[in-house]
Amino acid sequence: MTSSKMAAAATSVSTDDLAQFILNTLDRDGAIASSADLRFQGQQVENQALHGALTSLERREMITYETIEFDKWVLTAEGADIEANGSHEAKVFNAIPADGLAIGDLGKKVGAESAKIGQGKAFKNKWIGKGKDGKLVRLVATIRDVTQEDLATIKKTHAHSDAKVLAELKKRKLCDKEKVTHYRVAKGTHFSTVIVKQATDLTVDMLLSGSWQNLDFKKYNFDALGQEPSGGHLHPLMKVREEFRQIFFEMGFEEMPTNRYVESSFWNFDALFQPQQHPARDMHDTFFLKNPATSNRFPKACMEQVKQVHSTGGFGSIGYGYDWKEEEAEKLLLRTHTTAVSSNMLYKLAHQEGGFTPAKYFSIDRVFRNETVDATHLAEFHQVEGVIADVGLTLGDLIGFINVFCQKMGVTNIRFKPAYNPYTEPSMEIFSYHQGLGKWVEIGNSGMFRPEMLGPLGLPDNVRVIAWGLSLERPTMIKYGIDNIRELLGHKCDLEMIQKNPICRLDKKMGREN
Amino acid sequence: MPTVNVDQEYLFKALGRKYSTDEFRELCFEFGIELEEDTSELAMAIEQIGEAAARAQGLSDKPLYKIDIPANRYDLLSPEGIARSLKIFLGQGKPPAYTVRKPKGGKLQQIIVKKETAQIRPHVVGAILRDVTFTPEMYDSFITLQDKLHNNICRKRTLVAIGTHDLDTIQGPFTYEALPPSQINFQALNQPKALPCPELFEHYRTKDKHIGKFLHIIENSPVYPIILDAKRVVCSLPPIINGDHSKITLKTKNVFIECTATDLTKAKVVLNTMVATYSQYSATPFTVEPVEVIYPDGKKYTYPDVAPRRMEASIDYITSAIGVKLTPAEVVHHLERMSLGATLTKDQKTVLVDVPITRSDILHACDIMEDVAIAYGFNKIPKTLPAVNTVGKPFPINKLSDQIRRELALAGFSEVLPLTLCSHDENFAHLRQPDNGLAVELANPKTVEYQVVRTSLIPGVLKTLRENKSRPLPLQVFEVSDIVERDETQERRARNERRVCIAYANKKSAFEIIHGMLGRVMAMLNVPTTQYAIRESMNESFFPGRRAEIVYNGNVIGHFGIVHPEVLGHFELALPVTLLEMNLEPFL
Repeated sequence: MTSSKMAAAATSVSTDDLAQFILNTLDRDGAIASSADLRFQGQQVENQALHGALTSLERREMITYETIEFDKWVLTAEGADIEANGSHEAKVFNAIPADGLAIGDLGKKVGAESAKIGQGKAFKNKWIGKGKDGKLVRLVATIRDVTQEDLATIKKTHAHSDAKVLAELKKRKLCDKEKVTHYRVAKGTHFSTVIVKQATDLTVDMLLSGSWQNLDFKKYNFDALGQEPSGGHLHPLMKVREEFRQIFFEMGFEEMPTNRYVESSFWNFDALFQPQQHPARDMHDTFFLKNPATSNRFPKACMEQVKQVHSTGGFGSIGYGYDWKEEEAEKLLLRTHTTAVSSNMLYKLAHQEGGFTPAKYFSIDRVFRNETVDATHLAEFHQVEGVIADVGLTLGDLIGFINVFCQKMGVTNIRFKPAYNPYTEPSMEIFSYHQGLGKWVEIGNSGMFRPEMLGPLGLPDNVRVIAWGLSLERPTMIKYGIDNIRELLGHKCDLEMIQKNPICRLDKKMGREN
Repeated sequence: MPTVNVDQEYLFKALGRKYSTDEFRELCFEFGIELEEDTSELAMAIEQIGEAAARAQGLSDKPLYKIDIPANRYDLLSPEGIARSLKIFLGQGKPPAYTVRKPKGGKLQQIIVKKETAQIRPHVVGAILRDVTFTPEMYDSFITLQDKLHNNICRKRTLVAIGTHDLDTIQGPFTYEALPPSQINFQALNQPKALPCPELFEHYRTKDKHIGKFLHIIENSPVYPIILDAKRVVCSLPPIINGDHSKITLKTKNVFIECTATDLTKAKVVLNTMVATYSQYSATPFTVEPVEVIYPDGKKYTYPDVAPRRMEASIDYITSAIGVKLTPAEVVHHLERMSLGATLTKDQKTVLVDVPITRSDILHACDIMEDVAIAYGFNKIPKTLPAVNTVGKPFPINKLSDQIRRELALAGFSEVLPLTLCSHDENFAHLRQPDNGLAVELANPKTVEYQVVRTSLIPGVLKTLRENKSRPLPLQVFEVSDIVERDETQERRARNERRVCIAYANKKSAFEIIHGMLGRVMAMLNVPTTQYAIRESMNESFFPGRRAEIVYNGNVIGHFGIVHPEVLGHFELALPVTLLEMNLEPFL
């Protein structure tokens, strides 16, 4: 039977009917040793349908079954022909009459193929030879066509006792091997010849009628996955941002208005006491703007103070001693850090009605660096920044505060390294001990703003400002085990990554940490 | 951050003991420098060019520390400087006192400045180190430090350029002039023969990129700065190259250092750094012979000025800013460990600090305070919490954005975060929009596709969809983020605007779904249908007849529709996309 015919037969068999047939057979015979012998509606049962019926019955524990797999030998088309009409050599032998046959006539009698293959073989078997007149003649009276016999055995039993024969015939492409699956079936613990209809779900009708009490519920496959919900998802980076926001709110911080990507060099650099020849102000690191290119609209009184403190000093400083140029401060750029906004906020804090009041500010927003993009660098990323301004703050306050902040982030082992930053003094790099790497790694920066920076912004002498910052991407990549920053931020990120990543738990191990 | 390679054996000898890698890393950490790598010349070369090639060069495998130095500590840019500072930090020595010593007979070497130099490089300073004994190691350090200074404080020789000469090969008084290139012809350092200046420049431009990269500093000037001796031997052509005639060799005894500059403050720092680092090799260590610079107006200056700079800081300021209790004597002790000479005023309330020439980074009392904190140990400072009571508060537009983001996710859309920077075409032509002049344009992007700051969220969202084409359909995404538009009413002449973009991509378009999302957003913003309307629009980014504008309180605040097939084509999308973009700020 060809497979298409089998499929056609299978479609006509209902699983319910087939299941009932199996139950009846079991009831009658006690067991089914091999499904090979089953004949349902006069036909052999196709395996797929049979398997469906068996699993359905097994789930109800009405039967048990096991799979029997073995090899089945079948004849190829050529093999079937030989089985029916004899081997080529037998055909040749039979075609030769008692007085011999001219070689040229053999093809006409047995066909070209049999003539070609059979002649050699018949010679080799010493069945035929060449007569004195050159004709083919029989050398023996009778022959035994072993090939035909072997093929007949295979056809009948789908096997042969001699493995060498099978190998030889397979090599001659006269027979081939197929994998066959049969089933051995026995009665199950809940065997019955009556199939009770099973319910899969509890329905309104069942509740109304009370039928649920008598219904047999289909056994649930607890190994299968549930259905995926169709809801939307928040981006992992934004989940981490949310956690940081919560920490800041818990600690009484006000969010800064950082929705301003375009900044002047004045607020981004000069107001932060960053000298105009500072390497960060090179074209290499900063995105300057072509259009609009400059703005001179920063507060002029503040600018004069900034100019003075850079070039000749002031507020207790000797300054940098260089020729400060307003044109440099006017250059517009994409902010390189959110501290550009902090400096502006401190200016506003100093100039607000009623004067300075203590403040705690934070921001989490995008900054821009003119970097060559690679697995760890993007031209834009997010900065997390916190600033505290009050009279008499200390370095101990900063260290203590960062310690609490880090604890809330789940980072417990931190220490501080002296560092350099043009606008903070002291400047401290924050290091945390990385268990996996077995070493201290930098996680952020911190410091106390320089008096040269605070003075020109208008803050009173005794006010000290402490601040710290870190990137948002770095902890996100660590927490979610992401190696390439481009797979986190930007259009190359995979929706599956967004959909499959869990909620952010900064204070707990998430199990994916890099 | 500059990196300095220090021979381990040299350092251990100077510090009087051996360190394990971890021990030395800890010492660096406390002091504020960073042990980058424990390596060797050979190991570094192997990393760069491979084992076989590196070994073939016959490099040394002597252990070497690669140390990162803070960008403002020029005194630490040499092995000598690092060894000396660490030694003092460990309490094993005192900072040296530098003195100037006039030559026998009292007549100083002079550099006479000609007025033409004002056009190109107006300043020069100089100093002489006498009776120096060069060793190969010191010679290497001497060359390397000049290189490091050139790359850092000198801003690649634009601000300051250093020239060093064997004084016994040349004769003062020297002149600092500015001459037209056509009048300059000399044998430059390591050149086989004298060349006219234009030929020399051509050589550097085409055959020697290491020097060629500095040509731009003076190339376009009608005159080039030049230092000549009394016999008009060319000592140097700053900031490009020295003359071969006066070059330093291992046999050199008397070293003439000149620094030409556009920034005089930095020239003095550079000269002082050279003097501070190498005067220890003079027959009388830590002495330097001064040089007189005479300007065209007759003003005379003597360099170097090695006198310490007096600064003061109140003990109360130092201890209260750090948050530790220290006695005045302890403050003095900590400062001394940081190479700062310190004494107390009679009332013990103020510390007087004599800032040595090595510490040009000390500008303010806060720098003194920091050094006390470093010497005390950052990690020993008691942890306190600021006693500042403030009320937490979100920035309103961020709060509103977060609320809307949550609603969009609840409605089945996933949040994406494309970049803010994009190409001009992506922002305009690819969306079938003309350049409306509102985009902020970048002047100097390293990555060519970053030309403008986006004025629409649409390009980024479409690019994200493009990258996710193979994901199961439908694709439902959103972004709530900022675009930037030029705005002449603003101090920075541009402003951010918070926008919402919602997109749906499937085998067929879904105008109703996006229309429904607009309804959902408006419902969540509690905007009744009487306050907003949609009407058919002519927005070219969308498909004719399936495009609408959103009108709120009489203003168009956004658009939605089926994305135009040409736009889809530009973003390599073969799927119908329906999307909405609107301004969120009117709902604040």
